[in-house]
Amino acid sequence: MAMNPMAQFEVKPLVSLHIGGYDVSFTNQALWMFIVAGAASLFFYAAATRKSLVPSRMQSMAELSYEFVSDMIHSAAGEAGLQFFPLIFTIFTFVLFSNVLGLIPGSFTVTSHIAVTFALAAVVVLTVIVTGFLKHGIGFLKLFVPKAPIYLLFLLVPIEIVSFLTRPVSLSVRLFANMLAGHTMLKVFAAFVIALGATLVTPKPWFAPLAIAPMFLIVAITALEILVALLQAYVFAILTCIYLNEALHLHEHH
Amino acid sequence: MDLASAKQIGAGLACVALVGAGIGIGNVFGSYLSGALRNPGAAAGQTTNLLLGFALCEATGLFGLVIALIILFT
Repeated sequence: MAMNPMAQFEVKPLVSLHIGGYDVSFTNQALWMFIVAGAASLFFYAAATRKSLVPSRMQSMAELSYEFVSDMIHSAAGEAGLQFFPLIFTIFTFVLFSNVLGLIPGSFTVTSHIAVTFALAAVVVLTVIVTGFLKHGIGFLKLFVPKAPIYLLFLLVPIEIVSFLTRPVSLSVRLFANMLAGHTMLKVFAAFVIALGATLVTPKPWFAPLAIAPMFLIVAITALEILVALLQAYVFAILTCIYLNEALHLHEHH
Repeated sequence: MDLASAKQIGAGLACVALVGAGIGIGNVFGSYLSGALRNPGAAAGQTTNLLLGFALCEATGLFGLVIALIILFT
């Protein structure tokens, strides 16, 4: 019996495709990214087509998520941050939908692959750098020089530079590792249920009822995973806001 | 000691990072609760910082997990 908890993250080609020596096969990961993007678009399209003054359930859900993200940007990055609303809302929705759809048994979690999360984080960090240089010119480099006595700057400037450079890594690894750890844990406990249940046909069948305990644990962990799925989408979006705030306002408070 | 068993031991040792993450998460929520019980009026405004602190703490523990996976699967 194959019970490898990592088997769920395997990327399998669905349509094999090789162009110029590169493997560009259509994989299950690509399929699930299409499903995630399609589900998110469909949800907001359906919510926005039949608009009314008294919103339906779907419309109020879409309005709530819009206001949630808009308030978050306003509190973290100020008025100037609102021009980045489309980017942040897209990232938030994509991460949220892929996290939540990944919790459906048998589905594929797109964000459990560092290739996906690092691409998202790279877009965020490149946006921050380009915005910072467009807005402040070479003065953007003042971001690395905090207000401190001159003799402390020898220590603080390298720390600031290292902390800036590790941002794309920490942003992507946080999301990917959370998803990976949660889903692996679910599968490990599922393997306990199978292993205990399989003792029914062995000479020691009295171990089989114990399989109930890990099964209830799976239910509890799934609830925790739903929380983590929502929280990680929120954290990814708010960290994007905080990084953009630094690019827009440097060290001053808005 | 052969390479395979050294890898298993190394992966287990990498999970010690979770000690720090546990202490950190406990500290985040404990400090929030003690602050919120002293001044309940200011508690609602700090949920963003609470969740942010929780996520930042949790991530450091998960870096250990990533190291363990790198050791095991490369």
